[in-house]
Amino acid sequence: MPTRPDETDPSVPPEAGAPTGAPAALEAREVVKSFGGVHALRGADLLVRPGEVHALMGENGAGKSTLIKLLTGVYRPDDGVIALHGTERAFRTPLEAQAAGISTIYQEVNLVPMMSVARNLFLGREPRRRGLVDVRAMNRMSGEILERYGVRVDVTAPVHTLGLGARQMVALARAVRLDAKVVIMDEPTSSLEPREVQTLFGVIRTLREQGASVVFVSHRLDELYEICDRVTVLRDGRTVHTGAMAELPRTELVALMLGRALLAAHDGRVTAFAPDKAQRQAAPDDEALGELLPAARRKWGRGKDRDRQAGGPGGPGGPALSISGLTDRHRLRGVSLDVEPGEVVGLGGLLGAGRSETAQAVIGARPATGAVKVGGKEIRRRSPQAAVRAGIAMLAEDRKADGVIPGLSVRENIVLAALPRLSRAGIVSTARQDRIVEFFMTRLRIKASSPAQLVQDLSGGNQQKVLLARWMCLNPRVLLLDEPTRGIDVGAKAEVQTIIDQLAAEGIGVLLISSELDELIEGSDRVVVLHTGSVAARLDGDEVTAPNLMRALAGEGSDSGAEAGLEAGSEAGLEFLEPPQTAEEGAS
Amino acid sequence: MTAAVLEPVDGAGTRDRVLDLAQRYGVYAALVVLIAVATAMNSDFMSVSNWRVQLFQVAPTVLVALGMALVIGTEGVDLSVGATIALAASIIPLYIGYGPAPAIVLALLLGAAAGLVGGAMVAFAGVQPIVATLSLMIGLRGLAELMNGAAAKPVEDPSILDLGEHGIAGVPVMAWIALAATGAVAYTVRRTTFGRQLVAIGDNKRASLLAGLPVRRVLVTVYVLSGILAALAGVLIVGHGAEADPANQGLNMELSAITAVVVGGTPLSGGRVRVLGTVAGAMFMQLASAVLIQHNVPTSTTQIVEAVLICLAVYVSRERGTR
Repeated sequence: MPTRPDETDPSVPPEAGAPTGAPAALEAREVVKSFGGVHALRGADLLVRPGEVHALMGENGAGKSTLIKLLTGVYRPDDGVIALHGTERAFRTPLEAQAAGISTIYQEVNLVPMMSVARNLFLGREPRRRGLVDVRAMNRMSGEILERYGVRVDVTAPVHTLGLGARQMVALARAVRLDAKVVIMDEPTSSLEPREVQTLFGVIRTLREQGASVVFVSHRLDELYEICDRVTVLRDGRTVHTGAMAELPRTELVALMLGRALLAAHDGRVTAFAPDKAQRQAAPDDEALGELLPAARRKWGRGKDRDRQAGGPGGPGGPALSISGLTDRHRLRGVSLDVEPGEVVGLGGLLGAGRSETAQAVIGARPATGAVKVGGKEIRRRSPQAAVRAGIAMLAEDRKADGVIPGLSVRENIVLAALPRLSRAGIVSTARQDRIVEFFMTRLRIKASSPAQLVQDLSGGNQQKVLLARWMCLNPRVLLLDEPTRGIDVGAKAEVQTIIDQLAAEGIGVLLISSELDELIEGSDRVVVLHTGSVAARLDGDEVTAPNLMRALAGEGSDSGAEAGLEAGSEAGLEFLEPPQTAEEGAS
Repeated sequence: MTAAVLEPVDGAGTRDRVLDLAQRYGVYAALVVLIAVATAMNSDFMSVSNWRVQLFQVAPTVLVALGMALVIGTEGVDLSVGATIALAASIIPLYIGYGPAPAIVLALLLGAAAGLVGGAMVAFAGVQPIVATLSLMIGLRGLAELMNGAAAKPVEDPSILDLGEHGIAGVPVMAWIALAATGAVAYTVRRTTFGRQLVAIGDNKRASLLAGLPVRRVLVTVYVLSGILAALAGVLIVGHGAEADPANQGLNMELSAITAVVVGGTPLSGGRVRVLGTVAGAMFMQLASAVLIQHNVPTSTTQIVEAVLICLAVYVSRERGTR
C-alpha cells in the first residue's frame, strides 16, 4: 500500500508541467525530527514539483506542522535532507528560507493590529523616498495589491478594524510575494468564507501558472480536491502515500490518514452521524451519568426519565429551546427557531449570516432583543450565568479564545462551569470532582497523560472533547454547538459527531452550527438556514438536501425546499459553493 | 480502567523541564542557600533575636503580598495597598477611644471599602487595574493624612501594642497572624470555588465569562480581600511602631508586595497563584537585604542587588514559549 514519491516509480507517467528529470521545486528526503525523545517525524518524504499544488495531509500529530517548520527554517532536521530546486539546503532561520524563495502563510494571522493595512503589507520593506517612508506610494501600491486579492478596504485603517477574512487576505498578500517559488499554506482557509476561498484559489492558480509550487494544508476535503494536483499523506511521522489527487478516492484518503477503516460502517457517507435519526443511541453508560449528576437529572429529566416527564415534542414543557425575534444592532434581524428535546437542529448560513451571533445572543454573551425560552420558561435577564442556570450551554467556535483555560489542567477545565454544583459552602468536593472527571475522560476518550495535564498541551481534538465534557457535566437541557468539529483531526471529528448523536438520544436539544454541508445534512433532523441575519429557510426531513441547502445559503429560498427552480438555484450565483461529491448520496 | 486512555501524549524538553522546576521550586532553593550562606558567614544569623527581628519585618509584607498574589492571579495589580495601610493606620488613634476591637474592625472595614472601590472600577467600569488602583493609591494616602494630620500620632493601647510586639511560644504574634492568613489564602486558592474561578478568570477571562462564571463578583472580591489584608498589615505596623504615621507607613509596600509575588513564581500574566512561593519570596527579599545590611553593604548597593534578584526571578517565572 505505501508508495514512495513516484519519481522512482516508473509506472506513474510524468505529469504535464513537470518534465522528467527536472529537479523538484522542494524536496524533503527521509527527514527525522524528535523533541525530547518523542519522534515527530521518523523518515518523512515530500516531493513538490515545479508548478503544482501539492496537498499535505495527515491527522493532527501526524507531523504536518513539524515538516512545514523544517521546510521553512523554524526547526532543523535531526537527520535527512531538504533540497530546494535540486540543491541541498539547511535553513537556519525562517528569514533564510524566505530569502531563498519559500513563502509561508500560517493558520494564525500574524499582523500588527494597531498599524494600518498598508504598513502591515510593507512591514520591513517600505518604499522609501529620500530616506523616509513614502506613505503615498505605499498606500497606492497596497490598494493595487489587495485589489488582486479581491479585497477592498481602506488601506490607511488599522488592521484590527478589519474582519477576520479580510485580515487573512492581508496576511496572505503580505506573505506571498509574486516572485515566490514555493508557497506553503498551513490551513489558510479555516477563517475564510466561501467567496474568499475562491479568491484565494484564484491567487493559487495564478501562482501555479507562473510556475510556482504551492504546498496546501487543509482539513476540508472539498477544497483539496478542487485545487490540488498531487497529495502526500503523513501518518505517525512517516509518508504513507504520494500520488495524484484525482486518483485517490476520498474514502481511501481518509483511511490512509487514519490507518484504520473508521468510517467503514457509514458507507457512502462522510460523517459518523447515524444514518437514521431514529437509530441514535444513548451512550451505554448514560445511567451511570444519571447517578453522578442526580440533582440536575431530576430537575430536567433526561433519557428514560424524560419520557415519563414533561419533555417530548408538544409536551407541556414545550420545546427545549425557543427563540423568537432575536434582533441586535448589526447582525441579527428577527431570528426565530425552536429546538425540541432530543432533536438536532442544524443552523446553516454563510460567514456573517448570523449563526454564531445567534448562539451568543441566546446565552446573553451578545446584547440583543427578543425572547429566549427554555422549556417554555423565558430567561429574562440574559447572561452566560443565567443561561447556565437555565440549562443552556454553548460550545464556542473559537476554542482558543473563548473555550479552554490553557494554563489549567484537564480536570479543572472539565469541572469549571460545574464548580458551584460540586461545592458545599464554596468548598469543592474533590471526590465528586474526580469521579466526574474520570467518567468523562473515559466516555469521551480524552487522551491526556493524566487529569492534571495542562489543556494547552493537548491536541485540538482532545481540547474540544474537554470542552464538550465541561458542558456535559452540567447536564444541560440545550446545547449550542458552534462549529464543533472545526480544526480537529478526522478521528476526533467522527468521535464528536457520534457524541452529538448520543446527546440527542439522551434527550438534549442540540443546535448544531456548521459550515460543512455534510455535517448539516447528515447530522440534523431539521436545518434552519440564516441569511444576512434572518431565517431564509427551514428544511425538514427529506427537504434537507444539498441543492436546497445551497439555495437557502445564498438567500434565494424564501420558504422550505420548493422543488421549482431547484436546478437553476443550485447554479445561480453559487459558483463558489460546489456541491460536495458525497452530499448527493448523503441526502438520498 | 482509564489506563488505556491515559497514554503519555507529550514529553517536554529538558530545558523546559529545568525551567519548570526552577519556576516551581527555585525560590525555596534560593531561600535555603541564602540562609546557609548567611549562617556560615555570621553565626549570629541563626540567633533567636535575629529571627525575631526578621519576622517582625516580614510579617506585614507577607500579608500584603498574599492579597497582591490573588490580584495578580486575575491578571491585575493593586497599587493602593500601601495607601490602604496608611488609611488603616490613621483610623486607629481616631477610634481607639471606643476600645481596640472596634478600632481594628473599622480599619479592616475601611480596607474592604477601599478594595470595593478599586474592584468596582476594574470589574464594572472596565478601568485598567493599574490605573484604577494608582488613583486610589494617591487618593487614599491623601485621605489618611487628612484624617490623621501630617505628624505621627502615638498609640498606647496595650492590646494593639501586643499585636505588634508580643510573642506566643517565642514567635511574634504578627508572624502567627501572617501564618494563619497564608493557610487561609492557600486553602482558598486550592479548594474553594472562588479560588478556582479566580485562577480561570486570570488565565482566560472571556472563556470564563462564557462558561457562566461570575467574573465581576470574583474580581471585586479579590480587590476587597487585598484591601482587608493591607488594612490588617496597617494595624500590625501601628502596633509595632506604637504610632500612626500615615505619611510614612506603608510607603512602597505595593512594590515590596509585587516583588515578593514575582520572586515567588507567580506570573504577572495571571492564571496562576503561588501562595507558599509568595511567602518564600517575601522572606527571601527580606533576608537578602538584611544580610547585606548586616555586612555593612551600603543601601545603594543593596538596592542594585535587589534589582538583579528581581530580574532573575522574572526571567525564570516568565511564561515558557510554546514549542
